[in-house]
Amino acid sequence: MKPTDVQDPNYYHKVVDCQWGCPAHTNVPEYIRLIAQGRYTESYMLNRKSNVFPAILGRTCDRPCEPVCRRARVDTSPVAICRLKRVAADLKGEYGHLLPPIPARKNGKHIACVGAGPASLAVANDLMPLGYRITMFEKSAKPGGLMRSNIPAFRLPGSIIDEECGVIIDMGVDVRYNTPVPSLRGLLQEGYDAVFVGTGAPRGKNLEIPGRYDTDRIHIGIDWLESVAFGHIDSIGERVLIIGVGNTAMDCCRTSRRLGGKDIKVMARRPRDFFKASPWELEDAEEEGVDILINFAPKRFVLENGRLVGMDFERLSWDVQAKKSQTLETVFFPCDDVILAIGQENAFPWIERDLGIEFDKWDMPVLDPTTLQSSLPNVFFGGDAALGPKNIIWAVEQAHQAAISIHNFCEGIPVTDRPPNGMNLISQKMGISEWSYHNDFNPAPRQKMKHVDLVERFRELNVEVELGFSPEQTAREVQRCLNCDIETEFTPKRCIECDACIDICPTQCLTITANGDEAELRTRLSAPALNLEQAIYASAPLPQTGRIMVKDEDVCVHCGLCAERCPTAAWDMQKFEILISLAGTQEWNTALVPA
Amino acid sequence: MPSIAKPAVLHPSAQRNELGLTLRDYEGSMSTLCAGCGHDSVTAAIVRALWELSVEPHKLAKMSGIGCSSKTPAYFVTGAHGFNSAHGRMPPIATGANAANRELLYIGVSGDGDSLSIGLGHLCHAIRRNVRMVYIIENNGVYGLTKGQFSASADVGTKSKKGEANRMAPIDPIQLGLSLGATFLARGFSGDKEQLVPILKAAVAHRGFAIIDVVSPCVTFNDHTGSTKSYLYTRQHRIRATETDYVPPATEILTEISPRGETAVTLHDGSVVRFSAVPADYNPSDRLAVAKFLQENAADGRIVTGLLYVDEATPNIHEMNNTPAKALTSVPWSKLCPGAEMLNALQEEFR
Repeated sequence: MKPTDVQDPNYYHKVVDCQWGCPAHTNVPEYIRLIAQGRYTESYMLNRKSNVFPAILGRTCDRPCEPVCRRARVDTSPVAICRLKRVAADLKGEYGHLLPPIPARKNGKHIACVGAGPASLAVANDLMPLGYRITMFEKSAKPGGLMRSNIPAFRLPGSIIDEECGVIIDMGVDVRYNTPVPSLRGLLQEGYDAVFVGTGAPRGKNLEIPGRYDTDRIHIGIDWLESVAFGHIDSIGERVLIIGVGNTAMDCCRTSRRLGGKDIKVMARRPRDFFKASPWELEDAEEEGVDILINFAPKRFVLENGRLVGMDFERLSWDVQAKKSQTLETVFFPCDDVILAIGQENAFPWIERDLGIEFDKWDMPVLDPTTLQSSLPNVFFGGDAALGPKNIIWAVEQAHQAAISIHNFCEGIPVTDRPPNGMNLISQKMGISEWSYHNDFNPAPRQKMKHVDLVERFRELNVEVELGFSPEQTAREVQRCLNCDIETEFTPKRCIECDACIDICPTQCLTITANGDEAELRTRLSAPALNLEQAIYASAPLPQTGRIMVKDEDVCVHCGLCAERCPTAAWDMQKFEILISLAGTQEWNTALVPA
Repeated sequence: MPSIAKPAVLHPSAQRNELGLTLRDYEGSMSTLCAGCGHDSVTAAIVRALWELSVEPHKLAKMSGIGCSSKTPAYFVTGAHGFNSAHGRMPPIATGANAANRELLYIGVSGDGDSLSIGLGHLCHAIRRNVRMVYIIENNGVYGLTKGQFSASADVGTKSKKGEANRMAPIDPIQLGLSLGATFLARGFSGDKEQLVPILKAAVAHRGFAIIDVVSPCVTFNDHTGSTKSYLYTRQHRIRATETDYVPPATEILTEISPRGETAVTLHDGSVVRFSAVPADYNPSDRLAVAKFLQENAADGRIVTGLLYVDEATPNIHEMNNTPAKALTSVPWSKLCPGAEMLNALQEEFR
């Protein structure tokens, strides 16, 4: 192996699994450390820098950070990263003075954003401090997009959406509520310097089987949730069938439970291992008495005298990979209402196809996935509208990238010139065996989120179910973080090959050995490095024998014992911070990072 | 001393031995020795050897005297028995323990001060008695606990940290052992566990007194330029006289061994032993030849390592004394100590 280049920001960034796994690269270990120190406002602001909506995401994020958390590889459960974010949001103090200043003198550029969901708002968040004027068009009466219309209030209270959207709008965004954009041509003719399309994926997929249009008791999931959110629907029949088993299905079944549903069944085509819903959302639904039935494919809606009475399903038997199925029998389930939650689609009826915006065979705009620029250079996309439905955190990240592109475009810089990421690496040594971070390993199990009891939570539609962590739970959970941003930095020329680090390492991460190919080297380490997703570090040749130091990053718990037992300080514990560039590489972004 | 205890976490590919124990199960409390001390690596080698041999922790007795070296039994196999004796007195204590309970495995850890100065007489007699035990001398050439004065194993000309040269001749425990009839003599280096672990395993299997002299640099007082027991000097002047691997007894495998280079032989359990050529005339059972080889190399300033001499034929303490096959601790007290009447009768015989 060639010596590992730790000056490449990506090397250590990958070691911080959560941050690497987060589309917006939120600095998770640092914000958890700030919570541990009781510095909630700073923790919130550090979050906000990358993910813009910490309080919303602290309740609703898809948590791509948690499955990859190193803690899960050490003791089965990841750190409750998402809910700690909520702790920071719940306990933060005044932060208005920490927001970037908005220049009174504008830069003369005017941007139109279509939709007031997370993508458009995050674009505004990045561009307003640079002096842009932004006009935002929203079809409904309130900002938030799908965060408001599709996520039930018992998971995400409206007040939280109001606050975090309000902070951005108060930067001076001109939002036109109740103003759908009927024509992009018309919008372009108004002379904006650039247009950002953040309209989401507003169309729920339909199910074209017999009986579909013979009753009004069949609802499209996201439309139905929106009607509930805006108060147009306040009841449902006692027996409800939900078709589909994604997160929208979970929101539909739990909402039905609150609107009068008593016997609610979620009907899944495939076995549980192949569900799209997050495991915690499935758990929450089942806790509320919802049945989840597997291996049922909808066949037809059954009506009697024009009234929906139930549905026929084919019961399936699947092969191991759930690729091929056999029909076993047809089963009838009675119901009063059916909600279809089988996915979402994009729809751009308002974009004329002769404007120069190329669409592909799935009727999606053709975009450069890095710049998010369409084939019409002044039109950019982000969020679910860009590359298909994903989630809020991806929408935020795409908005950051689109904001960089829009800024480049307006400044006359090629949009493909992406600002580089930087890094800091700072020693944490305070004295002999003393570090400026808490290096001890806490064996505490993952803290369980407390919920409002089952009677109280159904009393009203918008009773928030999750209570947040108690101070004791927070104190325990923050200690579970393994400080993956505190890196084991090695200086080969100081090493005397005494083996002290190898002997002390609790997880057998270190080996001094003859160099070799990476694949071969992985087999002959102190413990074989079998997790190929995780890098192995290789040093330059060591002075005394010419062998190399190898570190398997997989389950290093960043305890710092290698550095404590090193007689020559060849090992040091250094805090890594990746400096992610945002539009205009705003000064305030880096100035905020606590020392 | 480290700020925290070693986290109780395992690598996902950490293996288990025949007893179902991991390497971590053979560890002890946290070392309070200096960071980088060779002794900690010797400890790690002991941990590995005992784990690989699947030694049951309660069948092990850890013996030591006084010194940095003698602290190390605290750092491995917490579940074992142990005795920390007065300075230099570990060999007689171990001899007594072994006499009383021959069923335990005895590992003595001593240093060059404990064994070659204050305890030298005791060591000599333990060698003569061929007490079945592993006797490790963690040899760094200085008294680390009292800030680095030369010990009895310091080479002529080696320099102290302040630059003063030693002028007294060293005691070499291997040559000493050869002259006293020791039955197992090996030298290792704390910086080479690949060699040290198999030597330790062979010593555990040996049926008499097994001395392992381990060059174990004192990182604080004897790891500077001019020292002949530093990491660098040892690496530059060390030769591996023999290659050691421990193979548990099993049915015979016949093969041709190449006189030059390596020959790989696959064992019954699927593991592979590589036989390496040693100096053509080296015979680890020829006491005179080994003594000559050691003296010549010492004169040339070379540090000879490996399993240097082995003799499985000489009777050990129990064989010499015709003791019962089982531990004395399992003999009923009434039989072990038959009372005043029997004593009187015995004494009458000598009147």
